[in-house]
Amino acid sequence: MSQTLSPPLPQASSVVPDDVARFTAIADEWWDPSGKFAPLHRFNPVRLGFIREQALARFGRDPKARAPFEGLKLLDIGCGGGLVSEPMSRLGFAVTAVDAGEANIAAAAAHAKAGGLSIDYRCATAEALLAEGAGPFDLILNMEVIEHVADPGAYLRSCVALMAPGGLMVLATLNRTLKALALAKFGAEYVLRWLPPETHDWKKFLTPDEVRALLYGEPVEIDGPFGVAFNPLTGRWSRSNDCDINYMMTLTRAAADS
Amino acid sequence: MARSPSPDVIIAGAGMAGSTLALALAHGGLTPLLIDPQPFEVQLEPTFDGRSSAIAFSSFRAWDAMGVGDALRPYAQRIEQILVTDGHAAGASSPGPSPFFLRFDAAEIADRVRSEPLGYMLENRRTRAGLSQAVAAAGIEVLAPSRIETAEFEGAGARVRLADGRELSAPLVVGAEGRASPLRRWAGINTIGWGYGQSGVVATVKLEKPHGGVAHEYFLPNGPFAILPLTENRASLVWTERTEAGEALRKAPPGALLSLLRRRFGPFLGKVEVVGPTFVYPLSMQLAERLVAPRLALLGDAAHGIHPIAGQGLNLGLKDAAVLSQVLVDAARLGEDIGSAAVLERYAAWRRFDNVSVAAAMEVFTRLFSNDVPALRLARGVGMAAVNRIGAARRFFMQEAGGAVGDLPRLFRGEAL
Repeated sequence: MSQTLSPPLPQASSVVPDDVARFTAIADEWWDPSGKFAPLHRFNPVRLGFIREQALARFGRDPKARAPFEGLKLLDIGCGGGLVSEPMSRLGFAVTAVDAGEANIAAAAAHAKAGGLSIDYRCATAEALLAEGAGPFDLILNMEVIEHVADPGAYLRSCVALMAPGGLMVLATLNRTLKALALAKFGAEYVLRWLPPETHDWKKFLTPDEVRALLYGEPVEIDGPFGVAFNPLTGRWSRSNDCDINYMMTLTRAAADS
Repeated sequence: MARSPSPDVIIAGAGMAGSTLALALAHGGLTPLLIDPQPFEVQLEPTFDGRSSAIAFSSFRAWDAMGVGDALRPYAQRIEQILVTDGHAAGASSPGPSPFFLRFDAAEIADRVRSEPLGYMLENRRTRAGLSQAVAAAGIEVLAPSRIETAEFEGAGARVRLADGRELSAPLVVGAEGRASPLRRWAGINTIGWGYGQSGVVATVKLEKPHGGVAHEYFLPNGPFAILPLTENRASLVWTERTEAGEALRKAPPGALLSLLRRRFGPFLGKVEVVGPTFVYPLSMQLAERLVAPRLALLGDAAHGIHPIAGQGLNLGLKDAAVLSQVLVDAARLGEDIGSAAVLERYAAWRRFDNVSVAAAMEVFTRLFSNDVPALRLARGVGMAAVNRIGAARRFFMQEAGGAVGDLPRLFRGEAL
């Protein structure tokens, strides 16, 4: 059996206002590993490991280095409380992290400051960054955002436009399968109470093929999906061949666009 | 003194478990700092620690994986066989197999553990010497003698103040100072435990007959005793006495000790010569209620002091070190805050079951075998005989004693971090 979760991160041009209010209300609880976000803390190592592995390969960095990604710019979209932004900063990336929720950004910035980390937190969307000419970024993290945006196609194209030549994007989301409906939606929200009810709208979940279709014609190569699964006996997440619920994809941009 | 970059982990206590943790962390690319109230060299003196420890084969693998094994191997006596005998039944020395008699033989599991022995017997002072040399060779900073006076665990890092007024901070502090751990107390972690009203007595003897790498464990109504093989055809004799009797033994003249040994160990021991002083340690069980607190992790005896009956105490501490180092090194590779609650909980969850179950097993073992109720004796005798006949069960016990059961940390599989 596998379980799921998707950290609830509202984002993009047409963020549904209800989403923002719901998540900012619990922003202060982001960093409590046994609080509301406990499932996310358990999930974090597997996705951090995936990002690290993909980035080491893409940028040819030394896996033994303590901060292998020095000199590279990273954008974390829908950063929430900074659960991914902070580790990425420790690994050497110059991190810009955005979230549409103001309380999320406030909580994340305060936490990073207390820990002596320098992270550029902004209450913004991908579209807004693009409009102001930010970037480009070597690595863009697009973790569990796309299932919350109103126009995923427009959102994804903005993200691609923010990628540096030779850059990498890691995308994580939930699959629109009946299994995901049962486990991710009803299981995680109503049965296990991992997430507040109404966190997810199953109809907005995208299949890997739909993600590919949305990116048709964009200057990126797409790899994946890569599955992740939860083992209820050990309480640990691990990489898996099962992409029916949570899955990740990588997008790479050629070093020089033709 | 040249200051190294600020440490990732401050380890209070440079004993065997603390030093092993420091070596493992350095091996995994982290920067540990050791602090100990004793000068580091004092540990090497023969009188500092006269005990010997059984080192499970998987614990030894961890030392091998971090490059310490070769320095320790010349002093490590291989345990090829363990004979367990109920003291009132026919003994190991009597001809023919006794029904109440249990034999563990390394040869039986040789294919599964690459001809490793069941374990090793190592004098603690040799272990301490080997580890401290490795610590120096790895360039690990050691502040000794030095004492932590206060510690604060709030916010994004732990801060400790030393007796000389210096202040240090790190994302994580590890309490490896032994049973009386001050860090444990300051963090408000309670312990549960009890005394046994008994003391462990340890003497080292030179044997007349070759011991052949055989360890003997006898269970007698007034407590267990063991004859554990050491290098140079010596043996470490371990037995328990009521606390008062143990105290008297501490000052006993060599002749009195010898006659006591003959009486206790019977003809089996053969002619022996006592070498070195006799050590007496009060026995007690003590478990910390939690293994972690904000910015603090407990390790070794600070976390769990158990009955030494099956030589598992140090092995638990070494496994703590192997697990904690792996959790921390993996977390650092992911960029996580190594002192955060989320990371420390992984260590606690991984160790909780093992520590408590070993402690409980030793407790049951002790109570069961220190009892002379005939029915109990019969039951344990039948149990031992049954285990002895069932190869699979016996092999499982051997793997268990060798520390090779359960979710093994990478170092215990002999792999690099």
